[in-house]
Amino acid sequence: MAYRCNALLCTCTMCVSVGALNIKSKLEEEIKRFNLEDEVQIILTGSSWLCTRGPTLIVQPDDVVYQFLKEEDIPNLVEEHFLKGRPVHSLMYHHPEDLHPIERLQDIPFYHDQRLIALWNRGIIDPDEIDEYIARDGYKALVKVLQNMTPEDVIQEIKDSGLRGRGGGGFPTGLKWDFCRKNPGSPKYLICNADEGDPGAFMDRSIIEADPHSLIEGMLIAAYAIGAEKGYVYVRSEYPLAIKRLDGAIIKAREYGLLGKGVFGSDFNFDMEIFRGAGAFVCGEETSLIHSIEGEPAEPRQRPPFPVEKGLWGNPTNINNVETLSCLPRIINFGAKWFASIGTEKSKGTKVFSLAGKINNAGLVEVPMGITLREMVFKIGGGIPNRKKFKAVQTGGPSGGVIPESMLDLPIDYERLQEAGAIMGSGGMIVMDEDDCMVDIARYFIEFTRDESCGKCSSCREGLDAMYEILTNICKGNGKEGDIEFLEELGEATINASMCGLGKSAPNPVLTSIRHFRDEYVAHIRDKKCPAKSCVDLIEYSVDQEKCTGCFICNVNCPTNAIIGEKKKPQTIDKSKCIKCTVCLELCRFDAIKVG
Amino acid sequence: MSKLKPEDLAIITERIKRTMILREGTGRAIIRVHMGTCGIAAGARTIMNTLMNEIESRNIKDIILTTSSCAGLCSREPMITVEVQNQPPVKYVDLTPEKTKIIFDKHILSGEIVKEYALAFGSERVP
Repeated sequence: MAYRCNALLCTCTMCVSVGALNIKSKLEEEIKRFNLEDEVQIILTGSSWLCTRGPTLIVQPDDVVYQFLKEEDIPNLVEEHFLKGRPVHSLMYHHPEDLHPIERLQDIPFYHDQRLIALWNRGIIDPDEIDEYIARDGYKALVKVLQNMTPEDVIQEIKDSGLRGRGGGGFPTGLKWDFCRKNPGSPKYLICNADEGDPGAFMDRSIIEADPHSLIEGMLIAAYAIGAEKGYVYVRSEYPLAIKRLDGAIIKAREYGLLGKGVFGSDFNFDMEIFRGAGAFVCGEETSLIHSIEGEPAEPRQRPPFPVEKGLWGNPTNINNVETLSCLPRIINFGAKWFASIGTEKSKGTKVFSLAGKINNAGLVEVPMGITLREMVFKIGGGIPNRKKFKAVQTGGPSGGVIPESMLDLPIDYERLQEAGAIMGSGGMIVMDEDDCMVDIARYFIEFTRDESCGKCSSCREGLDAMYEILTNICKGNGKEGDIEFLEELGEATINASMCGLGKSAPNPVLTSIRHFRDEYVAHIRDKKCPAKSCVDLIEYSVDQEKCTGCFICNVNCPTNAIIGEKKKPQTIDKSKCIKCTVCLELCRFDAIKVG
Repeated sequence: MSKLKPEDLAIITERIKRTMILREGTGRAIIRVHMGTCGIAAGARTIMNTLMNEIESRNIKDIILTTSSCAGLCSREPMITVEVQNQPPVKYVDLTPEKTKIIFDKHILSGEIVKEYALAFGSERVP
């Protein structure tokens, strides 16, 4: 039976957590009530779009998109749209400025500038249906590789495409494969690094949840090129849905003979399994990851020898990131030249970012390399909520750095971000507004890396600890002259003396925030003031005696009874009792509560 | 399912082509059945079923059938709008299952507009 309408419901981790599955049962119930079971089909897809606006539903062929769905919206939606063909405007995405509903998915600015290569199938196929993947040119690249190309041809094609590792380092993928292939050791291994640990990053998870077969096909192509017969996907246990979908996809691929002995009837053998990591941040570092698979404590070791020479169980091992591998089918299908025509001189293709923080359209974004941060934040991201002022963007998570407003026109590619002191990283992008204190943000990231440091190198273990202590003191108003210089010195030392990427990049948030926001550090230390009014120890609440009408709302609601005064007369705050909980600030309708 | 051979990919693709065309919205023609309250009362559901049967029985894969709301001419319902790729849309009025079948044969499959049932060419202008 053919359906006339497909309702594509996003069931990524985030949408499920806000009730996508309840929406699904409600949809089924209502569709049945109107006898539309034979006409409307519900498809559960992976992450499809604006992740903070879930649960979302895309209706095809009308290309209409609905957001923030609630169960009580569904009866009306089914009757109006599915039965009567009238899309429901109140549930659509509204333009952030003129608040006009936007009907078609493609007209939403968030989508307009995106170009999908790694996310080719996002939100359009059911990740559990291998046939739908095949219908979107799936496994065609694998056939091409097996029938018409030698492993050397594949390596040359990837070299020509200019693809670089999407996990953060940006090492040319073709070159890495070449090293691994030419190494005489045997057997060789292929590992997919899906240990995504940056706070606020969810690219790898979304790719696996939305399109697990792209990853499997990419791994098959990579394994053929380097000559591996066994592959591992290292996923953290915090990603149960990704693991479930990938597991199901591997089983289907085996049934179809796409994994196992004699892939597609050729003499190429490859099989893969999922390795569930316990979620340590350091396992994103390749030598720690290898130790973890071997059953050893997850600690890095000195490189060289690099994993391509001496990796898993001492054998040549090629490690690629999820996104790198997921681009491969498209590069093979459309050619290296096509891929190399996208992006900048040294950074080719597209990059997936997870846009998070103080931004209207938080979500998963795939854009050509070389797009500016300004376009990213204001065009695709839709600007800052609540008319606040943009302050900075943190790229690359806790290993990256902050980029201030003055550098917003910076094109995003590996080299330019490095020059600015940040890194591409795996693609996390956290936007901060005027209410965010840069010292506090730096303290947050150092707290994270300090917790996650494996402790092997004393520079990382002790250095980050010392930096955390100093930053905490500054935020509490106990900073002293010389702290900034000491932080810089400690940061440099930690970078120089640590062995793996964790220690080598962990001081970046501190160093870049000092570089671009030194005056904020100075204000904390010298004036004991927090310019963003975020550090609670450095701010005081008071009542503007002229604006206060004595409406008493703050007085009644103050949890510590710190507000004193008579009704209809200006109030005052007893600073010894005030805990700066912001209750009065939020309740006051006369803008009379002053923070400073 | 047995092990795939390379040529099986094309067979699978063909088998679910209709679903994918629907999802990508790239059909050869789009038929919109106007299903406002007026349309439903005048029998748009029968027209919809007729069209679905035609598509199903002839195993056509690249035509999109969808609903739309009231077209503003409630007295002439049931109505459909037929939009063959690269041609202006055509509105048909006062439909019956028989008329619908003729339109399906002539216009949608052969590209020949059925003038006697047509109301007008084009859609209303939108700002």
